[in-house]
Amino acid sequence: MALIDYLLGQNKKNSAKQAKDRLQILLAHERSQAKAPVYLAKMRDEILAVIAKYVDIDDENLQISIDEDNGFEVLELNLILPESRKH
Amino acid sequence: MARVIVVTSGKGGVGKTTTSASFSAGLALKGYKVAVIDFDVGLRNLDLIMGCERRVVYDFVNVVQGEASLKQALIKDKKVPNLFVLAASQTRDKDALTKEGVGKVIDDLKADGFDFIICDSPAGIEKGAQLALYYADEAVIVTNPEVSSVRDSDRILGILQAKSKRAEEGDTPIVEHLILTRYNPERVAAGEMLAMQDVVELLSVKLLGIVPEAEEVLQASNAGTPVIMYEGVNASEAYKDIVDRFLGEDKPQRFLTVEHKSLFKKLFGK
Repeated sequence: MALIDYLLGQNKKNSAKQAKDRLQILLAHERSQAKAPVYLAKMRDEILAVIAKYVDIDDENLQISIDEDNGFEVLELNLILPESRKH
Repeated sequence: MARVIVVTSGKGGVGKTTTSASFSAGLALKGYKVAVIDFDVGLRNLDLIMGCERRVVYDFVNVVQGEASLKQALIKDKKVPNLFVLAASQTRDKDALTKEGVGKVIDDLKADGFDFIICDSPAGIEKGAQLALYYADEAVIVTNPEVSSVRDSDRILGILQAKSKRAEEGDTPIVEHLILTRYNPERVAAGEMLAMQDVVELLSVKLLGIVPEAEEVLQASNAGTPVIMYEGVNASEAYKDIVDRFLGEDKPQRFLTVEHKSLFKKLFGK
């Protein structure tokens, strides 16, 4: 059986690489969230509420983050508008 | 000057208590006076791993609440001189520990001439874990090469950097060390397990050492002897290296590659 396992093992996907790739994305995301000011989540909800008055959007289509870029703090707002409706 | 070291991980079951036991025994074997404190109130286990479970009369909570003196509660290890265990309470709840109370115990241990105070943290990121790391000068992060463990370690690193006494007071930050346990070089070579370099890169913490997955770790806990006390065993050698590196010795990493099996074993062995 060990022989078969050994031969099959050669074709196995490299799951360690998958683990690393997933963690790289996740940790970057969680670190930026942990550093974000406390008000950010509340501000996001309020901005979302204002936008929702005019456009029909999904909750997850609004991303908000604070990053540092060349010593400046940058507030980044990313909104994906629904495709179907064009005003 | 005494150094306070927290052994922490976020995730449970990765080898914190095993590491606390072997690390503190290793330091004591080098001649230092070492106290190891179990912060896992309600779920104490360090006493069992160190083999002193039948000698616990007073515990950490008794001392914090002034019901016993430190001298009464410190259990002297029978195998290693200069090694003392402060057991967690099994009957109280987590709120029995306070920041001030813990601070006083640590100050008293320092005044008693201890060189190292090892704080064995409970799993999680709640009060018990936060108290265990609050007074730390250095931290040993115990991680398994596995996604959830790496993520939780990253989380606890964030807490170390934000909520420790050193962080709150703007002092020099806690020195962080990584110990990678349950490492299986064979599975790493097969691409089934995160490699040492991957975990170090992901967490960006300096590696103190890896501990290979080994049967002896279970045998040691069955016997109530820190695995570092065993002779000629990989896991024990790994912990000895870790202690040496911690004390400033420059030792190359071992146990990272597969021990070669014979062709016969490879084809027919299990």
